[in-house]
Amino acid sequence: MIQEKVVSKRFGKVNPLSIDSYIKYDGYKGLEKAVTMHPTQVIDEIEKSKIRGRGGAGFPAHIKARALANAQGPKFIVCNGDEGEPGNFKDRMLMENDPHAVIEGLAILAYATGARKGYIYIRGEYQNAIKIMKATIQAAEEKGFLGENILNKGFDFKLEVRSGAGSYVVGEEFSMIESIEGKPGRSRVKPPFPTDKGIHDRPTLINNVETFVNFPHIILVGGNEFAKVGTPSSTGTKLISLSGNVKNKGLYEVPFGTSIRDVIFQLGKGVRNNRPIKMVQLGGASGPIIPEYMLDMSIDFDRFENFDSKTGTGAIIVIDDRYDIFDILLINMKFFVHQSCGKCAPCREGHIQIVNLLNKFKNHRATEKDLMSLENLANVIQQTSLCGLGQTSMTSIISSLRYFRDDYFTKVRY
Amino acid sequence: MLLKEILSKYPKDPEYLIEILLEYQTSKKNHYISPEDVSRISGHFDIPESQVCSVISFYTLLSMEPKGRYVVQICHDVPCFVNDATNIYEELVNVLGIKEGETTPDNLFTLEITECLGCCNEAPAMRVNNQVYTNLTPAKIEKLIKDLRGEIK
Ligand SMILES: Cc1cc2nc3c(=O)[nH]c(=O)nc-3n(C[C@H](O)[C@H](O)[C@H](O)COP(=O)(O)O)c2cc1C
Ligand code: SF4
Repeated sequence: MIQEKVVSKRFGKVNPLSIDSYIKYDGYKGLEKAVTMHPTQVIDEIEKSKIRGRGGAGFPAHIKARALANAQGPKFIVCNGDEGEPGNFKDRMLMENDPHAVIEGLAILAYATGARKGYIYIRGEYQNAIKIMKATIQAAEEKGFLGENILNKGFDFKLEVRSGAGSYVVGEEFSMIESIEGKPGRSRVKPPFPTDKGIHDRPTLINNVETFVNFPHIILVGGNEFAKVGTPSSTGTKLISLSGNVKNKGLYEVPFGTSIRDVIFQLGKGVRNNRPIKMVQLGGASGPIIPEYMLDMSIDFDRFENFDSKTGTGAIIVIDDRYDIFDILLINMKFFVHQSCGKCAPCREGHIQIVNLLNKFKNHRATEKDLMSLENLANVIQQTSLCGLGQTSMTSIISSLRYFRDDYFTKVRY
Repeated sequence: MLLKEILSKYPKDPEYLIEILLEYQTSKKNHYISPEDVSRISGHFDIPESQVCSVISFYTLLSMEPKGRYVVQICHDVPCFVNDATNIYEELVNVLGIKEGETTPDNLFTLEITECLGCCNEAPAMRVNNQVYTNLTPAKIEKLIKDLRGEIK
């Protein structure tokens, strides 16, 4: 069986609305163990586990945790449940199906870093998850897993849900910090990084929902044991949001190192009506588009780094041969036109120009010069944009120019 | 719910502006924040009206334009697009008699295209107010809209 369930192990068994049910399935055991350890030891285990962030970029989790632990004074931790990247639904499934696991992960990190206040930021579209997480916080407080003097260990941690209201860019760390402060979610220039100056200019750590849910497991089994699963560069398991033209769309959990082809054909049972695959988009709208012959690539942060993108969210969108790549690219680029916060010109103006150029290709009106303009402009947007939105939005364009160049040539008018 | 009641549920801190605006707008029949609302909210927090407006205009779920009783938002991102979302949109145009961004003359429905709703495993998907509907087919759309119309009468 290619699935290996760690973060989704309780799905379908635990009653998400019952703390007793969670406790019955080993819930809060990770936190109970963590508070018997020295906070630095907790971070040491996270370091040994070599876990990398599940929000897309794959940043080593222990570095941020250590930085926050070393910071003095009030500090915050934030759980990023914005999940705005099209094609992803793993964080919603985690919050809806095993919400106490999210809270346990946050509480462990609070203990390890000394943060006394945390936020779970959830996109406004996820009303159900918001409701569940709010009720879950209350239940955890009542049982002494949150709030004051947690587990009688004299440590306090308050948690609050914050709701988004429709914005993709707030998934980016600084935009989210602005949004938590009640402002429009426009990013800031880095450095300083959030672990130096975040919410109210205080040190702030932001991790993805799935990252947090891994922490209780790491503490329970130990970092070294955790690192035995997966590959040397990417340890543990990954939730995969599989969508598009596959027969069995859904959420799957596999060890890192599993091939994309196995996910699509063994778990997703292949393409509907057995049509050929034209392309697969990884990660979401800001991820690369790859052709069928690349599907043996394994799910691994080191492989994904070749694409300069947020491939690591684990979304796999399968698109069969009925679709034109320019329709797919146009949907992606219109998304970014809509989602640009407008703070910097390359992103604000650039995406509009990209849409104009793509329309020329789609309608067979493009020239070779347009091909060069598209290539140049994509590079300019990627290199000169202020925040991660513009720095990653061109991934699908750049990968399509590499792997689907013939599609462009067939549309060029000579 | 009344604006006053919602304001009193939250600490008196403009940090909660987004939550308050969203909750209040959801509770209103025509799903929008009026200029009078803006001035009352800015008065409550003692912040400039422009600050409230800048938040409303930044977040796509917030609006300063009145909408229908039911705001129908159909997803059009890639996972839905390759699962027939275009047809579902056409069906909505058909049964509602309006296009994207428009409201029916009886102020019952507003039709919008939205970003991914995070239900790609059950594409195509749409949202009506806070309720998500998935695995849509034209037949399901026809029935749902009929039911919603019936609820009112
Ligand atoms: C435009 C943009 C949108 C993002 N959206 C999300 C998101 O929805 N969820 C998420 O966890 N990370 C998102 N990220 C990544 C976050 O900025 C951040 O790297 C992540 O939450 C860190 O958590 P991790 O280390 O656990 O992965 C986004 C980044 C950018 C640039
Ligand atoms: S890259 Fe785009 S989203 Fe990011 S700051 Fe610039 S305009 Fe805003």
